[in-house]
Amino acid sequence: MRGGNRFLAAAVLAIITAVALAQVVQNEYFFFASYVVLQFVVLATAWNILGGYAGYVNFGSGAFFAVGAYTAVALIKAIDAPLILQLVAAFVLSGLLGFGVGALTLRLRGIFFSIATVAVAVICETAVVNWRFVGGSRGLAILQPAAPLWFESYTRFLFVVMALIAVLAVALARYIQISWIGRGLRAIRDDEDAAECAGVPTLKLKLAAAALSGALMGVAGAPFPLYMSFIEPTSAFSLNYAVSALAMPIIGGTSSWVGPVIGAVLLASVQQIVTVTVSSELNVLVVGVLLVGFVVAAPEGLLGLTARLARRSGLARASIRTPGDDTGQHPRVAEAPTDAGRP
Amino acid sequence: MTPELLIEAVVAGILLGSFYAAVSIGLSVAFGLLDVPHIAHPAFLVLGAYGAYLLGRHGLDPLLAGALLTPLFFLGGVAVYRFYHAAFERRGSDPGLRGLAFFFGVAFIVEVGLILTFGVDQRLVEAPYIGKSLVLGGMRLPLRMLVPFAVALALTVALSLYLSRTFAGRAIKAVAQDRTALSLMGADPVRVKQWAFGIATATCALAGALLIILGPVEPGLGRLYIGRTFCVAVLAGLGSLPGTLAAGLILGVAESVVLTSFGASWAPAVAFGILLVVLAVRPAGLFGR
Repeated sequence: MRGGNRFLAAAVLAIITAVALAQVVQNEYFFFASYVVLQFVVLATAWNILGGYAGYVNFGSGAFFAVGAYTAVALIKAIDAPLILQLVAAFVLSGLLGFGVGALTLRLRGIFFSIATVAVAVICETAVVNWRFVGGSRGLAILQPAAPLWFESYTRFLFVVMALIAVLAVALARYIQISWIGRGLRAIRDDEDAAECAGVPTLKLKLAAAALSGALMGVAGAPFPLYMSFIEPTSAFSLNYAVSALAMPIIGGTSSWVGPVIGAVLLASVQQIVTVTVSSELNVLVVGVLLVGFVVAAPEGLLGLTARLARRSGLARASIRTPGDDTGQHPRVAEAPTDAGRP
Repeated sequence: MTPELLIEAVVAGILLGSFYAAVSIGLSVAFGLLDVPHIAHPAFLVLGAYGAYLLGRHGLDPLLAGALLTPLFFLGGVAVYRFYHAAFERRGSDPGLRGLAFFFGVAFIVEVGLILTFGVDQRLVEAPYIGKSLVLGGMRLPLRMLVPFAVALALTVALSLYLSRTFAGRAIKAVAQDRTALSLMGADPVRVKQWAFGIATATCALAGALLIILGPVEPGLGRLYIGRTFCVAVLAGLGSLPGTLAAGLILGVAESVVLTSFGASWAPAVAFGILLVVLAVRPAGLFGR
């Protein structure tokens, strides 16, 4: 339980730091950029619950993000709802969408599931483009409310809100990882049939993971319209969210909740710096190149890389074993279809 | 909708459908036969379209440009497969998550690379047959669609014949059925797969030329074609080339009918909608193995 206490302390410290920064730092751009970094922490953490723990690769993160954002827009336009209501509604609606995507895993595994998530994203985008009430393809301008008490600007307030969401998301991901749920999800990732046979409630776990993952992505997107003061489908459904949500955990390491956090903070910060100093297209390219580089060269991400380096320089120098090397010569039975159907 | 309008939509759909078969046939080989999670296929397609655009600017006919680019794309495909094999398949570890992420990243790099080189504007090509129409029984058939139809049909038929009639083609089918047995026969499955993946990529050069003949192209177009190509490949039944043609026609007609009755902004959802239904109801597709 010492780990738990330490985590709690760190979480509280993170929130206090965020509140303090909102009071102390003068530069408004700092909050503008930090908000994006925190938003990616939430997205990456949420993606990892389904993608990293359970092994179901979601290419449609942008859809969940946008559903959250557009839920907020619809509520603002319809009843001028307060932010907390927007967040809760985004959580619920994106969670439902996630539940639906989770139901797809009933029949679809591997690449088929991933393609289906692309399909969900495009269908959602088409629906929003054709939905006049929230601006359709032309978008909609949204007025930021006055800054709440204690805050100098609304962006600062949103920064603190996002910090809170990020801490909660990470805490949730950590809880899932260390509890029986995480063990079940890992069993699904390693061998779903074996897990099912061993009594793991695979369907329930997959549905829960997909719904929670989607809900958190929706919450990450909910403050987006207020943050930008503008919403339009192309930026809300941007492929950048889908790629980043997947690249950040893979770069950080998917096996633990720390990985997505490290990946998101590093990558999103680099992106912010490149956007400012070079160009916004190049920052997107950086993500793609890093993703491919890490997938090929360091499959376990930064976490695996540091662990390997530590092991190499550590005491057990003689007993280094690199797993998973050179097994290609053994034919894998599962790969070959057994029926010799004639063309 | 009037019957005339419906007939026109169906005819346009058939023309379009053959083109969809041509853009998906490479995927049918790479994904259907070789089990490579080739999400970057549509990105290569757009790359082919830009290749035709680039050569077209020097006065070359887009079809000729596409044909000239095929050897280059073939070599590129071989290189990509060798890399994929070395990085994922040979390690024997589960290539699932990482293989997908790899091709997703490659597709993303291609798209952003195109944006950085050409900008986000739409690009067109010029050719003598673009803009003219053939009037047949009171119906206007734009050559812009007829030419891709004819070339796509030829490409699809030629590739299915190649796979079923030639020795190399049958070797590709064999590696799809049972790679262990193939290696027991003394053939190297990796070389066969590399050859097949090269062919699959080479079709992108020609199909990409058709893509830019059919209409203007922009870097983000690949994402839309993820849905169309995978819809066709899955609906066909993985790896079935005659099925690819049938599935392409089904998608083309469905899209064209939706376009005439509901408007163009709903068209992108058609392919994905069909794909989801097929995946949910009959994942083996029409002509599944």
